[in-house]
Amino acid sequence: MDDDRLVIAGEELGSRLIMGTGGAPSMQVLREALTASGTELTTVAMRRVDPSARGSVLDVLNECGIRVLPNTAGCFTAGEAVLTAKLAREALGTNWVKLEVIADEHTLLPDPIELVEAAEQLVADGFAVLPYTNDDPVLARRLEQAGCVAVMPLGSPIGSGLGIRNPHNIELIVERAGVPVILDAGIGTASDAALAMELGCDAVLLATAVTRAQHPARMAAAMRHAVDGGRLARLAGRIPKRRYAQASSPFEGLATS
Amino acid sequence: MEIVIIGAGVVGLATGWRAAAAGAAVTLVDPDPGGGASSVAAGMLTPVSEVTYGEEPLLRLGLASRDRYGAFVAELEELTGLETAYRTDGILQVAFDSDDLTYLDDLRRFQESLGIAAEALTGRECRKAEPMLAPGVRGGLLAPEDGSIDPRRLTAALLTAAEKAGARLVRRRAAGVAVENDAAAGVRLDDGTVVRADRVLLAAGPWSGDLAGLPPGAVPPVRPVKGQVMRLRTRVPFLTRATRGLVKGSSVYLVPRADGEIVLGATQEELGFDTRVTAGGLWELLRDARELLPGITELEFAEVSAGLRPGSPDNAPVMGPSALPGLFVGTGHFRNGVLLTPVSADILSAMLLDGPVPDVAGHFSPDRFSAEVHSR
Repeated sequence: MDDDRLVIAGEELGSRLIMGTGGAPSMQVLREALTASGTELTTVAMRRVDPSARGSVLDVLNECGIRVLPNTAGCFTAGEAVLTAKLAREALGTNWVKLEVIADEHTLLPDPIELVEAAEQLVADGFAVLPYTNDDPVLARRLEQAGCVAVMPLGSPIGSGLGIRNPHNIELIVERAGVPVILDAGIGTASDAALAMELGCDAVLLATAVTRAQHPARMAAAMRHAVDGGRLARLAGRIPKRRYAQASSPFEGLATS
Repeated sequence: MEIVIIGAGVVGLATGWRAAAAGAAVTLVDPDPGGGASSVAAGMLTPVSEVTYGEEPLLRLGLASRDRYGAFVAELEELTGLETAYRTDGILQVAFDSDDLTYLDDLRRFQESLGIAAEALTGRECRKAEPMLAPGVRGGLLAPEDGSIDPRRLTAALLTAAEKAGARLVRRRAAGVAVENDAAAGVRLDDGTVVRADRVLLAAGPWSGDLAGLPPGAVPPVRPVKGQVMRLRTRVPFLTRATRGLVKGSSVYLVPRADGEIVLGATQEELGFDTRVTAGGLWELLRDARELLPGITELEFAEVSAGLRPGSPDNAPVMGPSALPGLFVGTGHFRNGVLLTPVSADILSAMLLDGPVPDVAGHFSPDRFSAEVHSR
């Protein structure tokens, strides 16, 4: 696995699990979960932190040696998202941004039109944009064409834990993508993360499934193994499915031996 | 024994009262006694409805404090002649939609696994208890032994009690801890004078981590966690008991008092020492409160405020001797300062006076964090 590195915008990452921080019951629990996940990249809502405040989630990431991926959670318009991304770049000194433009509070689904608009503006301004998008293969391609360095389709709505509701669309996105595909949102448990990797995603981004689990650090370790397992299965190449059994050991010659 | 306490919020005041009553010479240092989180808090006394996976020691501390509350308040009110609006009529927690109800069911199973009797209510039973609740409320949980108190009245009574017991109040800001021979020798005030003491208690809430003069190992790991709170008034019966609502995954509470005040809270924001009241914060509170209690829009608006809770890395208080000899720490009470006041006063005054410390204090020592750093 050591030579199988995730590369985003020319930068290598050793872990294919990207974490979010929302929902953690305490900083201590968050720290334990991030450590157990093995993640090297973690996203933080810029509207929810003050980068200069002591003891914040940014301090935790810094102490754990984890790279910060600022996100624009809570923005409903391209204008707000662009402004938030610029403030994040200024405060954190990174041009990476997880772009999130939400259509409504109830579903937290991305607004595709505002998303493309914001992506184009941010790319033009020199950002490395990782957009949180619907599981729509056409929209994913349009975002890639706009210059995004990855696409991050949802498995199901944020925080729902419903898993990957349209695996076929995720496969279609993976088949056509020239940038890394990161399954973002909807992961409920380890098998969901493994499935994302088996479908060919390059990485998985999740938060709630870990932070709101009864034992977050244990679930984080489960996700780490699931992502590794799913990736290995994808690289190994699964067997075709058959309707009827096929003995794994041959029957021929048994009577005479 | 001379003791100086930095910070006259509920924890500092109650500890000062107890220590002074036990015969110590106590000085409390605070430019604005009771003016921190104690003046913003709603005063829910609910170890049960807020229990979280992995935080069972905090639950036990909360239960130990709740058990002490009746006698604590009786003694305080008797001594001072002041009322505190202490109530023990239970706390109702209600679910707005089916996702919220799933969460409450999970919470009830967790409470039962911990041996806490939680009473599950149907939506209709919730509305029978509180008829102003929205008709769509799906169900609830009653914590019958939880209650509430008015933290502002509590603070006023504690200040009076501490002074009656002989504690002295210095209305100045503490600039730092005076250190002599590698031990705490008192507190340096912002005008340069030093209040000398045998022992110093650092109970300055979120500001406890910013005091000058402390060696790095003695700085308590606390950070400010902002909370915006709104106070409303009603002239007609509106809500009989403190009620928490889960509204589409978002949490809101309303705490009614006998005089018609209703406290609506609270946001939880990680924004450093920021106490600005924001449009978005108030909107979130009103949005969720109106879903839960549609009639809330008819109430009179009285006040908005923002306070800073002292949050520790594991959400639990930090109480005990620090790495600097003579300096004790009593902070990190986060969302539970008012609830934990009686037990914290017992624990901290016992530590300061070398008395028998209640067993329940064991988990909350400041060195629990440094130990974890070493084991990593």
